[in-house]
Amino acid sequence: MKTINLPEFCLVVLIGPSGAGKSTFARKHFLASEVISSDFCRGLVADDENDQSVTGAAFDLVHFIAEKRLQGRRLAVIDATNVRSEDRASYVRIARKFHALPVAIVLNPGESVCQERNAARPDRQFGPHVVRNHIRALKRGIRKLQKEGFRQVHEFRSSEEIEVVEISRQPLWTDKRAESGPFDIIGDIHGCCDELESLLAGLGYEVHFEGEGEARRCTVAAPAGRRAVFVGDLVDRGPRSPDVLRLVMSMVRAGTAFCVIGNHENKFLRWLNGRNVKPTHGLAETIAQMEEEPESFREEVRTFLDGLLSHAWLDGGKLVVAHAGLREDMIGRASGAVRSFCMYGETTGETDEFGLPVRYNWAADYRGRTTVVYGHTPVPEAEWLNDTICIDTGCVFGGKLTALRWPERELVSVPAVRTYFEPARPLQPQAKAREAQAEADDMLDLEDVRGKRQIETRFGGRMTINEANAAAALEAMTRFAVNPKWLVYLPPTMSPSETSRREGLLEHPLEAFDYFRKEQVATVVCQEKHMGSRAVMVVCRSPEVAQARFGTLGPESGAIYSRTGRDFFLDGEKTEAVLARVRQAADRAGLWDSLESDWFVLDAEIMPWSAKAQSLLRVQYAPVGVAASMDFAARAEVFQAAAARGIDVEDRDLTALRQFALAGRYAAAWRRYCWPVENLDDYRIAPFHLLASEGAVHTDKDHRWHMAQLAALTCGDDPLLMATSHRFVDLDDPEAVDGAVFWWETMTEAGGEGMVVKPLDFFAKGPRGFVQPAVKCRGKEYLRIIYGLDYDQPGNLERLRNRGLGRKRALARREAALGQEALERFVAGAPLRRVHECVFAVLALESEPVDPRL
Amino acid sequence: MLLTIETTHRPATDLGFLLHKNPDRLHEKSLSFGRAVMCFPEADEDRCRFALTVEVDPIGLVRGRAPGASLHDHYVNDRPYAASSFLSVAIARALNTAFAGRSKHRQELAETPIPLAVTVLPLAARGSEDLAKRLFEPLGYEVETLAHALDPALPDWGASPYITLRLEGSLTLRELLTHLYVLVPVLDNSKHYYVDDDEVEKLVAKGAGWLEQHPERDFIVNRALKRRRRLVREALARLTEEDEADDADEPARQDEAEDALERPIRLNDLRMARVTEVLAASGARRVVDLGCGEGRLLRELLASRQFEEVVGVDTSLRSLERASQRLKLDRMPERQAARLKLLHGALTYRDRRLEGYDAAALVEVIEHIDQDRHPALERALFEFMAPPLVVVTTPNREYNALFENMPAGALRHGDHRFEWTRAEFESWAHGVAERFGYALHLEGIGEVHAELGAPTQMAIFERGRQ
Repeated sequence: MKTINLPEFCLVVLIGPSGAGKSTFARKHFLASEVISSDFCRGLVADDENDQSVTGAAFDLVHFIAEKRLQGRRLAVIDATNVRSEDRASYVRIARKFHALPVAIVLNPGESVCQERNAARPDRQFGPHVVRNHIRALKRGIRKLQKEGFRQVHEFRSSEEIEVVEISRQPLWTDKRAESGPFDIIGDIHGCCDELESLLAGLGYEVHFEGEGEARRCTVAAPAGRRAVFVGDLVDRGPRSPDVLRLVMSMVRAGTAFCVIGNHENKFLRWLNGRNVKPTHGLAETIAQMEEEPESFREEVRTFLDGLLSHAWLDGGKLVVAHAGLREDMIGRASGAVRSFCMYGETTGETDEFGLPVRYNWAADYRGRTTVVYGHTPVPEAEWLNDTICIDTGCVFGGKLTALRWPERELVSVPAVRTYFEPARPLQPQAKAREAQAEADDMLDLEDVRGKRQIETRFGGRMTINEANAAAALEAMTRFAVNPKWLVYLPPTMSPSETSRREGLLEHPLEAFDYFRKEQVATVVCQEKHMGSRAVMVVCRSPEVAQARFGTLGPESGAIYSRTGRDFFLDGEKTEAVLARVRQAADRAGLWDSLESDWFVLDAEIMPWSAKAQSLLRVQYAPVGVAASMDFAARAEVFQAAAARGIDVEDRDLTALRQFALAGRYAAAWRRYCWPVENLDDYRIAPFHLLASEGAVHTDKDHRWHMAQLAALTCGDDPLLMATSHRFVDLDDPEAVDGAVFWWETMTEAGGEGMVVKPLDFFAKGPRGFVQPAVKCRGKEYLRIIYGLDYDQPGNLERLRNRGLGRKRALARREAALGQEALERFVAGAPLRRVHECVFAVLALESEPVDPRL
Repeated sequence: MLLTIETTHRPATDLGFLLHKNPDRLHEKSLSFGRAVMCFPEADEDRCRFALTVEVDPIGLVRGRAPGASLHDHYVNDRPYAASSFLSVAIARALNTAFAGRSKHRQELAETPIPLAVTVLPLAARGSEDLAKRLFEPLGYEVETLAHALDPALPDWGASPYITLRLEGSLTLRELLTHLYVLVPVLDNSKHYYVDDDEVEKLVAKGAGWLEQHPERDFIVNRALKRRRRLVREALARLTEEDEADDADEPARQDEAEDALERPIRLNDLRMARVTEVLAASGARRVVDLGCGEGRLLRELLASRQFEEVVGVDTSLRSLERASQRLKLDRMPERQAARLKLLHGALTYRDRRLEGYDAAALVEVIEHIDQDRHPALERALFEFMAPPLVVVTTPNREYNALFENMPAGALRHGDHRFEWTRAEFESWAHGVAERFGYALHLEGIGEVHAELGAPTQMAIFERGRQ
């Protein structure tokens, strides 16, 4: 019996004459979906699995399916005769393209068996010469399979052998996803063992060297649960390469470290193998040091280096460590190209002014979800770019030796004791003005927002954005929104409470309370709904903070934008003046210290409504009032006169008078929200959420916390900032509920817009998933502006009650999840495109047609 | 909305016979959007006044909206109250006999001019203040308009669009009703139904005898047919019995103001011609028009066979649709259509679809992009697309002083985020050329003023020709 140890990701090419039993073999050992059969593809294109006239098209299909599977890192099995070398070449090419190992399994039970099987099948009456030709072709090529590029070749020469084969699937060498850390990933050492020892000591490892010559040993005790990962380039240039090797080898042997190969190990290994290599780039130092070492040590090193991984894919797939970094499409795959990329990266073919090859900046284009930690290119400081980080901080050149703690993402370094080697290119050319990430984020890519999109959110799962919605958002985003660097959040839409059946009313707090009670929310907060314009305010302590944290270039110290991302004031000076006032309030409230942050994001309402909605008021709302007043006054006159002549006008004179009064109430309703704005003091800003600050998205805190923080901000003497009045209501306490209803009635009768009811927890979970984060309950008079001046007249209200909230609520939930995701990603330091796709999606959803009166 | 008609013809009560309405009763006529209710507030020998009101159901108005209607239609609006095409329909349906010029008992009177006075309110007179006068005075009316404030409580908000219109004249009732039928919706400038070929028939029929000679004829036809070019042309041809030349395409409303300013020098034509010339001279074969709008440059480029591939990119889907219509993309022969690609994109994002072209043009586009977004635009264009040739044109702000009717400090287009002086443009262009390794050549387009330069400025960037 023979067991084939198959890499779990590979391309298996079955090879054998017609009748060899390939399909039976494939069925036995593989999933039906893993097997791509040429006969099946013939059937797909021509309804006949034996139609030889469509061979070309059928194989196009075989190749296409194979490519799609390999692209998705799934094993594929080619079930075709594949007896000729030119047939197989295309599969080797495809396997290489997707960095899958090509594996050949040859099934040749002998001509007689094949002839016999074909004879028994009515659809295979093509004569004995076919099998004979197959076997002849097979024999010609079988010795060359390795040379053709197959990394494993398995051959079986009888039905019995074929019958007893077993297949066991093995993870690729580099696939260490089951190893979950925590890890201490250590940058390029280059023989700097002194620094390595201090770095490890600082990380809690106990390193102990003893003995000399043959007897020299190193033992390392790791802190509980932690392991080291070495990014390669252990040797060359520095003073103690053999000791570094000794240390790393002992840890790897003890299972307390992983090590990936660096280009210097590769070259050193070739020297150890007796190849002719130039002792440049510090290899001479290593060679000289190795001269002092016993032969047995050299042999040990040779074996160790020979077994080094190209890269290590760790921690459930969240982390990859490779010496020179790794492209997304190479992670967890195997090919010569992958190994070469891991050791050397890619070069552009150009050389720089020091004669060194210009490296292709793969990290700038990296868009993967796996964090890549690498070395190879000495940098003055380790810094994140697109979730990749280079931790080669040039210790041997007099820089420092750096470790990255995972999953903590903390950097720990020790400075070099001295410069051991002069770099060909100066290590610190000039002080860099901006972070690499900020620079990369200057340029967003259309591919990240265009077309149909799927976005994974922690709160709402996968969100699908339609192509048409994304297209609609593109214009809004590019023509009107503020610089995307500021757009770390867009607020969700908000649904009204269920429609009330109470006489003369469309909305009432009791429906909102019922909703939350049904969702098993015990306590809600009722907040006054200010009638102004929604605004998101990003407040930084200074322009420098803005540049450092938000990656902006200009002198702004923050941004204030509307719910669709538009600049709120369209006046930089005014924006800065408002931000300065908010900053002062934050200074006084001690907010910077209590948040331990130099920036924060507020969700607020800015009044008056007329300040922002002036044109809407002038073009839409005000004219309705005048037209209605003129119309009804004139009607009243006409019908009164007719009535005076004794004509029965069916009370139309009275109706007109009543409508005239309603027109007045309509105008009074919106006029309350308008006042002239001459200077800053005429505005009112009422914040109601403190969304985020450094290291924290505050939606994990309840509304008591938010209200308390904001009270501190608004309690000063600045008239610009006003508190949002609110009350907490225990839904099981009838008195509290009555009190809240009374509060709403008082507020709305005085012309207030109404109130917003939210579960005490920012995001509450009910029996059917996440509860609406907020439900609005608007006042009777306010709704006149929305539904028309006579909406509450008998007959009208009945019809208006027939409104559906489902769509609005679904949108509110999706937008809330996306907004939350945007903030979380921003706070976690994700590249801007990952934040941007979320806010872009909110904007896209806003283009969904929903009754705008809701 | 309300219409009153009164007469001092004696006996004034004959108005009831003319309107086919008994002055001593209330009359109702049900209409698809509500109903017309009519009565006579005054009716004696000396004076008779008739009133027609239209009751529109505001909730039915919203609920009956066809799918795809603009969401703004759902907001409260003045349609239930303002005199509009609803009033025209009410006239035609509730006063159908009089509208047709017939009267069962007073046919002779129906054909005789009599003194008539009319009030219509509230009537939106959108456009210039004297619009009502311009429309009605040539028809022989004495016109009186009363303006109304937008909101009496907010006097600084100024006047509302509504007036009370009062007309007096001596004419037949049919003429009066016909004038109102056509001109009320023209003043209001909006129709509650889709304007189609039938509308031309109606207009030609109702305009017979007065519209042909009306000094505002073209304006009336344009508005009545909602500026639908084909319909307008047809109606005018039939009203004037001669086909007028189709002079240049009607520009999009947004661009009208800018065009009007620049028209005397036909600057846009010069611009397109010069940019095409520069692109052609470079030997470019595959070119991109960034911010192609409705495709004016695309059309020029397609006309030259040198350009094997012409790509238009715009951020506005509506503009791309119009470009496709105007270039008649759907009717183009396959080979010709294959040369043209219209892409929805945005210039501040890297767009991989646009990499590898020979040349890119940004004609009157950069001034539509906020300056704090320019770094992104510059990198997308000069670092990633990086075509060998880039042509950028933008207004020369200094030249604005020479445009008549342009307030000082104003910009040429409502959406311009800024306009550059020559020095500002030059400094921007030099910065870009230096940072991205392009050679720079600057020139003006249009008539050059000795001190203020040319109306349009152009920068030509060539890669690797430092």
